[in-house]
Amino acid sequence: MKYQQELKDSIRKALPDLDVVIAWSGGFDPLHATPHFIRREEDIDKLEIGPFSVHNLATYLPGLRGKKVGIVVKGCDSRSVIELLQENLINRDDVTIFGFPCTGVVDQSKIRKALGHTGKVDFCQITSQTVVVGAGGEEHKLRLSKVLADKCFTCQYPNALISDHFVGEKINPSAQSEAGYDDLEAFENMPLAERFAFWQKEMDRCIRCYACRNACPMCVCRDHCLAESRDPHWLSQEDNVRDKWMFQLIHAYHLAGRCTECGECQRACPMDIPLLLLKKKMNKEIKELFQYEAGVDPEATPPLLSFKMEEENIKEREW
Amino acid sequence: MAKVQFIKAADVKPWLAELAKEHRVFAPSYDGEALLFRPFDPAREIVLDRAATMPPKKTVFPQSEQLVDFTYSKDPEDLSRIKIDARETLPSGSTVVFGSRPCDVRGFTMFDRVYLTEKTTDIYYKARRDNTLFITLACASIENTCFCNWVDSDPCDSTGSDVLAIPVSGGYLLETVTDRGGKLLSSKLLVDGESKKEEAEKFCEEVAGALGAARDLSQAPEKLLAVFDNMEFWDEVSAKCLSCGACTYLCPSCYCFNITDETIGMKGKRLRSWDNCMSAQFTMEASGHNPRPTKAHRLKNRVGHKFSYYPAIHGGVTSCCGCGRCIKSCPAGIDIREIVLKAIDFKPAAVEE
Ligand code: SF4
Ligand code: SF4
Ligand code: SF4
Ligand code: SF4
Ligand code: SF4
Repeated sequence: MKYQQELKDSIRKALPDLDVVIAWSGGFDPLHATPHFIRREEDIDKLEIGPFSVHNLATYLPGLRGKKVGIVVKGCDSRSVIELLQENLINRDDVTIFGFPCTGVVDQSKIRKALGHTGKVDFCQITSQTVVVGAGGEEHKLRLSKVLADKCFTCQYPNALISDHFVGEKINPSAQSEAGYDDLEAFENMPLAERFAFWQKEMDRCIRCYACRNACPMCVCRDHCLAESRDPHWLSQEDNVRDKWMFQLIHAYHLAGRCTECGECQRACPMDIPLLLLKKKMNKEIKELFQYEAGVDPEATPPLLSFKMEEENIKEREW
Repeated sequence: MAKVQFIKAADVKPWLAELAKEHRVFAPSYDGEALLFRPFDPAREIVLDRAATMPPKKTVFPQSEQLVDFTYSKDPEDLSRIKIDARETLPSGSTVVFGSRPCDVRGFTMFDRVYLTEKTTDIYYKARRDNTLFITLACASIENTCFCNWVDSDPCDSTGSDVLAIPVSGGYLLETVTDRGGKLLSSKLLVDGESKKEEAEKFCEEVAGALGAARDLSQAPEKLLAVFDNMEFWDEVSAKCLSCGACTYLCPSCYCFNITDETIGMKGKRLRSWDNCMSAQFTMEASGHNPRPTKAHRLKNRVGHKFSYYPAIHGGVTSCCGCGRCIKSCPAGIDIREIVLKAIDFKPAAVEE
């Protein structure tokens, strides 16, 4: 990434006043990055930002409350930080935000699909247009646009919406339109029975690991989730679609109007369940009802965290 | 001398179809984007050239299983007297798992030392374990996350398997490992494999060589104990952990469970379902006290259990078979190898005078 050095310099300057700065570094193979916690000067060298910086690091902020934390954010990640601020889950004074102009991150599932499998990767070179992956002794050339995360195609906010230090020049959003809900609309047009069958099939392979929940920056109950509570007893421990899906519905409801569509739930799922579709559905409804988008304005109150006697778009009296 | 047979690649499906007449047969095929051990279905493509997303753990240790069925009844003469009628529900039938990797199957031997001991036998585990046969496939493709050679194994290891299949030109050489495995090799689709033996041996040599150099973990048990009380060490290595259950549930050698009763009205069932030491509830005591309050305590347990405490009581055997799934599927990129090596290399800071 073009601004990597600048970012390192900026972090180096701020580090003496911070307990930790969260960024990314190289992962277990050339196709993966990993969250990187910078505590000492020498940790800075390992920092790497680029198309593999997929993790939304805002997830770690509530757990570090009380510490002075620096965080590097993509545009979409900054929305999670804003939403956390809106909900008073973190203190603005304790967080130092480093932004950069983001040109998109990859979707590992798409790369896996394009290559067949990515178990043995020897190298990976990325330019602004292409990804060249050496896997299993062969060289594969992919168009970058084929493997970018869906959210990056419709991204309206490639520059952090909130930051204390911004490196590089702000860029214009590349999204042509607000086509973010096309896939959802296609899904909504399917007959009910088909939609039901779709979720039954997809949720069947859920292993109830709750990586989806724990990766979500807006899941606030943490160690007190109803998924595991025995009293009250919301869910059984059976291996059935009903309970697995019930959890996803509850999660989606709890995230309505708070979810920034960062996609971490889906990315974290080891079983590749298309969870984001459910979250997008809730957000689309919220957008239509309240003209509200989560994590954009630090001063705004999320609609489901406020109360109005008369809602403009919910006709409670005139059915 | 163990019998060796050969099967043509094209005959694998017909052979599995034959076996499916007598057993439940599982083989790796895709469900969405996840490669899973699914009931054999001739219409589905069987995918053998890559490690499955999940090991075949569920075949012997289901995600959730019913242990007991119970019904309460009231005495009509004295309604305060309640009778419980409870029946154990033991699994029946036999299963054949085709195409799992050596590391995955070896994982069950880690279970065996815990569930099938002289002192105690887990009857549910035993019922499945005794009736599940593994036709294991030696690994043709070594992945970036594979490290079976660090933990005393190799890509042609037949430990825990009943038949070992080794890729050779045109198909697979089938080696009998156990007597009951030998019984699976009576199909007319199989021919004598003697002439392919040399090729198979060469394959095993080559594929073992394709793994990177093994790291010496002999000091891990002791070194992990040495950092046991060093919370700064554990806070640092666990900083990015999300405390989810992905690593544990995908692990072929993780065997922890929870027991719950699910009751509706006067009827109920007692379930055993997967549990994981990365969850805060795992050690939550009834008093509300939690001896492992943070993710650092929990990750310490996962790594320590596999590389130190288990080997200490089971003759030095590491309870990780090096499959690499916890590395590959961790949403936060935690690498268990890195943590173990860090503990081995850890030098306490010199005390300043
Ligand atoms: S959605 Fe926008 S900010 Fe987020 S990764 Fe994609 S391009 Fe970057
Ligand atoms: S529900 Fe999913 S997309 Fe929404 S904020 Fe949480 S992790 Fe991100
Ligand atoms: S991450 Fe996926 S498999 Fe795990 S609980 Fe969530 S939906 Fe289920
Ligand atoms: S190590 Fe990874 S997979 Fe395991 S609990 Fe932590 S985040 Fe989840
Ligand atoms: S600890 Fe990780 S590498 Fe070891 S057997 Fe379990 S999942 Fe595989």
